[in-house]
Amino acid sequence: MLDTQPEGYVTADGRKIGGVLMEMKNITLRFGGVVAIKDISFDIREGEIRAIIGPNGAGKSSMLNVISGFYHPQEGEVWYKGERRPRMRPYEVARQGIARTFQNIALFEGMSVLDNIMTGRLNHMSAGFFKQALWWGPAAKEEAENREKVEKIIDFLEIQHIRKTPVRRLPYGLKKRVELARALSAEPSILLLDEPMAGMNVEEKEDMSRFILDVNDEFGSTIVLIEHDMGVVMDLSDRVVVMDYGKKIGDGSPGEVRNNEEVIKAYLGVSHD
Amino acid sequence: MPDTMLFAMEAALNGLTAGVMYALVALGFVLIFKASGIFNFSQGVMALFAALTLVGLQSGQVPFAHLINAIFGTRIHYFGWTLPTLVAIAGTVAVMVAFAWLVERYIFRHLVNQEPIILFMATIGLAYFLEGLGDVMWGAEVKRLDVGIPQGMSGTVDDLTFAWFGYGFYMDTLELWAALIAGVLVLSLILFSQYTKQGRALRAVADDHQAALSVGISLRFIWVLVWSMAGIVALVAGMMWGAKSGVQFSLSLIALKALPVLILGGFTSIPGAIVGGLIIGVGERLFDFFLGPIIGGATENWFAYMLALVFLLFRPQGLFGEKIIERV
Repeated sequence: MLDTQPEGYVTADGRKIGGVLMEMKNITLRFGGVVAIKDISFDIREGEIRAIIGPNGAGKSSMLNVISGFYHPQEGEVWYKGERRPRMRPYEVARQGIARTFQNIALFEGMSVLDNIMTGRLNHMSAGFFKQALWWGPAAKEEAENREKVEKIIDFLEIQHIRKTPVRRLPYGLKKRVELARALSAEPSILLLDEPMAGMNVEEKEDMSRFILDVNDEFGSTIVLIEHDMGVVMDLSDRVVVMDYGKKIGDGSPGEVRNNEEVIKAYLGVSHD
Repeated sequence: MPDTMLFAMEAALNGLTAGVMYALVALGFVLIFKASGIFNFSQGVMALFAALTLVGLQSGQVPFAHLINAIFGTRIHYFGWTLPTLVAIAGTVAVMVAFAWLVERYIFRHLVNQEPIILFMATIGLAYFLEGLGDVMWGAEVKRLDVGIPQGMSGTVDDLTFAWFGYGFYMDTLELWAALIAGVLVLSLILFSQYTKQGRALRAVADDHQAALSVGISLRFIWVLVWSMAGIVALVAGMMWGAKSGVQFSLSLIALKALPVLILGGFTSIPGAIVGGLIIGVGERLFDFFLGPIIGGATENWFAYMLALVFLLFRPQGLFGEKIIERV
């Protein structure tokens, strides 16, 4: 099925979707003999919420790791902001404005919530090594400015009450939210969320969905998310890529994907009446 | 006040300053272990190498002089100048930073994702290499290092304590200075890691490599940074020990004294390294003072290791180390 949404449109709830920000072209990723991703192409447009769904082991997380530079595909190209992206290390990708969260949460457990989120701003701090070390005027000023931005995000995600708490002590749901805050504080062009709602209860899921929508709305962030929960995906996303056994079997708006027979067969189950 | 108490106090105070020196060596280990999980066996040799380089630069020695003379039949040994101490220290810092860069570039970059034991073995190799390099570069003879810190009994301490207790304590001026310098070094390390961008990145890497990558931190840069810091700590340690007992190859053995300190304080804790060093310093002096005469003296040689053994039995993670809890 071809994706039928035109470039540059306005959604039903009035958000502007721009042109193509990133394009995956014929990506193939192998681990030894195992093919995790088989010749997949899709694009990500500015300002949209793009979901990648599929059963366990479909290659969704691998795809996210390709986007964020943790894996390097054997074949295919990644195009970002109109240019082909050369092979890059994860930190270089991050510096290009692609922030991510992890399925199994990768926070700095020993550091406070505030410090964790401040690490997201590292690439917005330019004062040189020696100025930093000596806490020279401009460095102190820069720290204050970045701190202000971080405080805004903390307010936005409603985690003021745990600002100074070491992350290790937080419950799971809050950790997920702190991780989102850290990714967000980098003011990324693309925000990658790897199962942001995995392991959450209904209430936490609702909160997280609301935050994701608000983030998209308020900051205009382009969001790519992987999710198991079909209900959540259909409500949240503008367009959905469906994967199964490393192949793309569907791509389009939630409505289109829902009615795609192959998708129903592979993912939603076939009815036996 | 009875004399025994005064003597014990004197021993304890001297133990504190000695403990600072131990802590200084242990600190180098902790920095690298925390950031990269590598137990750097070569830390002691780094202290030796830094001290050799410092003396060499200061006295205008020609590096690799013996090698050059052997090959070209020349007879050069000295450039014929002496550098001011501060310039020589700056030069040595530059050498240690270059060393850190080389170690990352030519050793650890190729060992990413290897088992900790492999990395450990690499540092053993590095230790022997560096010891040999130090020998070839600067020669093997014992050298005197004078960094301008006065040595011998501190008159101030003697006068003060005599006025208070009627008995003057003997303390070495050099050790007092060493304690002061170590204190400043530790304080600046703590401030650096708590309040700067690079310090924050350093703590982030120490905590979680993957997450650090995802926020755009270059692990390579952090490794070079942390090895440079360990190199500078090694320089300070080598400088102090070298000034005290001459720059000689047995200097690298001070690393052995750092092991019990690490076991006491925990391998991942900077405050642990300091407290552990102080406990060992004071503990071995007091133990020797009270029990030494009874069991035949020379207890300083083994007390630290015995204490470490006891700790391994009852608190293997050390005083401040992270307890490893496996979640089932």
